[in-house]
Amino acid sequence: MMITVKDLHKSFGKNEVLKGIDLEVKEQEVVCVIGPSGSGKSTLLRCLNLLEEVTSGDVFIENDNLTDKKVNINEIRSRVGMVFQHFNLFPHMTVLENITLGPIKIKGVKKDDAIKAAMPLLEKVGLEDKAEMYPESLSGGQKQRVAIARSLAMEPKIMLFDEPTSALDPELVGDVLAVMKNLAKEGMTMVVVTHEMGFAREMGDRVIFMDEGIIMEEDTPDVIFGNPTNPRTKEFLSKVL
Amino acid sequence: MEAFLESHYVRVMPFLLEGLVYTLLITGVGLFFGFILGAIVGLARLSKNKIIYVLSSIYVEALRGTPILAQILFIYFGLPDLLGFNIDKITASIIAIAVNAGAYIAEIVRGAVYSIDKGQNEAGRSIGLTRGQTMRYIIWPQAFRRMIPPLGNQFVISLKDTSLFSVIAVGEMLYMGQQYYGITFAAFEALTMVCLMYLAITVPTALYLRKVERRLDV
Repeated sequence: MMITVKDLHKSFGKNEVLKGIDLEVKEQEVVCVIGPSGSGKSTLLRCLNLLEEVTSGDVFIENDNLTDKKVNINEIRSRVGMVFQHFNLFPHMTVLENITLGPIKIKGVKKDDAIKAAMPLLEKVGLEDKAEMYPESLSGGQKQRVAIARSLAMEPKIMLFDEPTSALDPELVGDVLAVMKNLAKEGMTMVVVTHEMGFAREMGDRVIFMDEGIIMEEDTPDVIFGNPTNPRTKEFLSKVL
Repeated sequence: MEAFLESHYVRVMPFLLEGLVYTLLITGVGLFFGFILGAIVGLARLSKNKIIYVLSSIYVEALRGTPILAQILFIYFGLPDLLGFNIDKITASIIAIAVNAGAYIAEIVRGAVYSIDKGQNEAGRSIGLTRGQTMRYIIWPQAFRRMIPPLGNQFVISLKDTSLFSVIAVGEMLYMGQQYYGITFAAFEALTMVCLMYLAITVPTALYLRKVERRLDV
């Protein structure tokens, strides 16, 4: 198992956002998480690399329990890439520097080697001509593809996507989704919080519907989108499709 | 022309230039240590550790809430009573600038670091950087750019503050001007030139800062 979540609870103060989540993600599986805003899906994702502290329960990445105080969280995070809704590129660094920072500072890769390794990643996301540009001169879609390349530079085993296309102009969504589809086809293990039902239907091995801090329903895209059993799922999908 | 060269406006200048050396020395060295102190205290003010936060806050409020004139007298006359040894004037002046400006710089640092989007920290941590690495490579460089205009402002303030050290007879610029009119009674000429000398440093600094500010677009 790449990810195992057991009875995960997360509260912000008195507000319980996750109310007992159990989840398993297998190697090479693409899991899409859908649900209304405020349902806890982003919080769940952020618990998977401990950007949010877990209130109770266990999160395993491969065999490492993130809630174990002795665990080296920085090492685990380098195995789990994360792509954010607002890209979060480093604005004071070029595209190439954004991508090579992790390998150089964390893995101790030599600068030349890091650049050599970064160029194929930029080609993969279709931005090899932007290597020396600063993020501010890129479009949203280009920024997000750089962000994906930055995560991939750490050679992660798992990629987490937190509404990666929600902040993009509609005409830019396609390029980012295309990159994600290629990643999925190459066998990357992915957890994708998304409002792109088309992507979830086409690429998801499994779709999870979350509402009110719990997993209401999970199944193959065909079942979730074609024949959902939970009335909340039906209601949600009738609004968004 | 000869009359001008013989005037007090010109004859005070060797005094003022000698004083300028000390003014710049105290400001420069004082702010160097003040920045280090301010950076540490500013980051401490962002700490989640209660003790670190409270201690750094006490320092900032104590130094900002008391006049620098009282601070220099405290360091030069007060501390030796406690320590049992004297502190020379220049050292006392440098310490006064460092601890006083340090408190203000701490607030500059805190504000600049705090203003950086939280997503930057998350992005750094998510690729596996430690907290220290994220601060060093991602947050600090961005925050530092935002610190430049207020730090320049602090330079101007501290430079002017050194004139207060004339009370402990540090040979900085104002003191040297006072020395000159003490002998010659040419107070108007001497003090005019003292003020012009301060303006000769502060006005170009202010203009330069405005240019930097525009370039940084902040």
